[in-house]
Amino acid sequence: MIEKLDQIFVLLQQWIVGFLPAALQPVAGVVLGVVAIVCVFPGLFALTTVLERKGLGRIQNRIGPNRVGPFGFFQPIADGIKSLTKEDVVPTSADAVVHFLAPVVLVVAVFLGFAVLPMGRNMVLVKMDASLLFYFAIGASTELSIFMAGWSSRNKYSLLGAMRAVAQMISYEVPLLLASVVVVMMTGSLSLTDIVAAQNQYSSGFPHWYVFTPWGFAGFVLFAVAGTAETNRSPFDLPEGESELVAGYFTEYSGFKFALFFLGEYLAMFSISALGATLFLGGWSAPFSFLQWIPSWIWFFGKVMLSIFGFIWVRGTLPRLRQDQLMNFAWKFVLPLSLLNLVVAGLWRFLGVGWERWVVCSAILLAAYVVMGRLGMHREHFGPRRYRYAE
Amino acid sequence: MLGEGILKGLAETARNFAGSFVSAERLTTVQYPEERIAPIEATRDFPFLLYDGSDWEAGMRCVACQICEKECPPQCIYIEKSKDKKPDALGKPQFYPARFDIDISVCMSCQICVEVCPFEAIKMDTEFELSTTDRFGGLLYDRKELAKSNEHYHKIHPTEAAEVDARLAEEKAKADAKAKAAAAAAAAKAAAPVQAAVQVQPAKPVQPAGDLTAERETKA
Repeated sequence: MIEKLDQIFVLLQQWIVGFLPAALQPVAGVVLGVVAIVCVFPGLFALTTVLERKGLGRIQNRIGPNRVGPFGFFQPIADGIKSLTKEDVVPTSADAVVHFLAPVVLVVAVFLGFAVLPMGRNMVLVKMDASLLFYFAIGASTELSIFMAGWSSRNKYSLLGAMRAVAQMISYEVPLLLASVVVVMMTGSLSLTDIVAAQNQYSSGFPHWYVFTPWGFAGFVLFAVAGTAETNRSPFDLPEGESELVAGYFTEYSGFKFALFFLGEYLAMFSISALGATLFLGGWSAPFSFLQWIPSWIWFFGKVMLSIFGFIWVRGTLPRLRQDQLMNFAWKFVLPLSLLNLVVAGLWRFLGVGWERWVVCSAILLAAYVVMGRLGMHREHFGPRRYRYAE
Repeated sequence: MLGEGILKGLAETARNFAGSFVSAERLTTVQYPEERIAPIEATRDFPFLLYDGSDWEAGMRCVACQICEKECPPQCIYIEKSKDKKPDALGKPQFYPARFDIDISVCMSCQICVEVCPFEAIKMDTEFELSTTDRFGGLLYDRKELAKSNEHYHKIHPTEAAEVDARLAEEKAKADAKAKAAAAAAAAKAAAPVQAAVQVQPAKPVQPAGDLTAERETKA
């Protein structure tokens, strides 16, 4: 029974596919998987928008949306109807084709990333040996769509937003990759399925998640920071900083295209959360061995929603960074630490099993963190300003 | 250490998040259509016309002097003076507004009409739920829509209304005393007509006119 519940979606897919002739079965299976992904994640997006607005409201001692439906949970439906019925304005001087393609390219690129994420035991759409590589290759193409949007709008705010987005995403792509490389080093595989399988082991009830090792923890924190920047979430939401850039690269979008950008952004957030959970938090594996009877997909989506909660919490707490702070943070703090983390992961591997490696690796990382934090937080002290007047 | 401030901030927002569910004083939102708070006494938005008694037409204090119409900065008041006179609350025959319109889409709530009115006839209301589907006719209020009783005024601005009533009562008492004195004088006149006639005669010289002509001459 429990086995069946764990594999319910796989069995459902096989059952539906079983009605078709054998020649069509592989294609039909893939189509079913695609349909499931295309339905589930936008649904999750709808739920997240309302939860985010309510959560942010509570953080600011407000109530949040509570008018549409019970406790305001039908708010996304109202928003959807609104964005569908709104006029779709395209600026006369915009490059119409590129302007139209940009949101489509964004959503398609983000959806492609979900193809390789294992969402439960045996629940992965495409079993690929280099799935992590595929994920990052696809993930990098969202930058293209954002620049398409900014460039084709022929609007200074759009262009500035797109410039910022590209600068930021390229800068944080590097630490994001380097933070994931440690996992590949330890697992010895680029396949996300293998990475989860390597973490899905238990000793005395506790799992072998990578986040419970010094290099894994550091990698997870760096990954979370870089992932937040990569998805343009607060406090790294400079590309759409509404206080200075109206809405950044999607200033000139309205109606459903605007909604598509919104969707793409949230889907990117889900996908980066899912990747983070897969790499460091054991993917679909249970946090304790005695909880393994709970279906694997519940654990996967639970972890994704937990990290979404983290995103919302951080958004409700931190103000937006300045562009120079953002760049300094990426190149002077996150990147060196993620390089060091590679060395530490190598040390961990070659120090062998024992308590020594815990002490050595933790000490190196902690010392680096403290020293670099001190250096980074050191500020030039400017004295009182002196004015000189022309004589 | 680096990140300390972020952790402090996260703790603070977490406290807000949890606190807003348990403590009512954190959550200050008033859910407007269902819940409302009483407006403060000095609230004002648009003017209304006061009337005494129960009949708005008979008791209207406005005498169509048109001062407010002239003073109104955005010119949102339109008054048509009546041709005939009707007795006011004191029984004195007065003109009354045959038409009194205020376009509240133009009104800027400056309260100048209230300040210039010598008859305490126009005051500021606190009613703010004035939305309508007709943006022209629905926001042009005629005298019937504008007329509100003194009780309403007492309800929305108690202190101010009490002051106004006291002032009006004082004026009425003064007027009554004057009328009484006049009546007494008339009675006395009736009692001693000869004496009164003697007294009246020297009180009617054409001296002011003479003064004026003299003044004019000196000016020229």
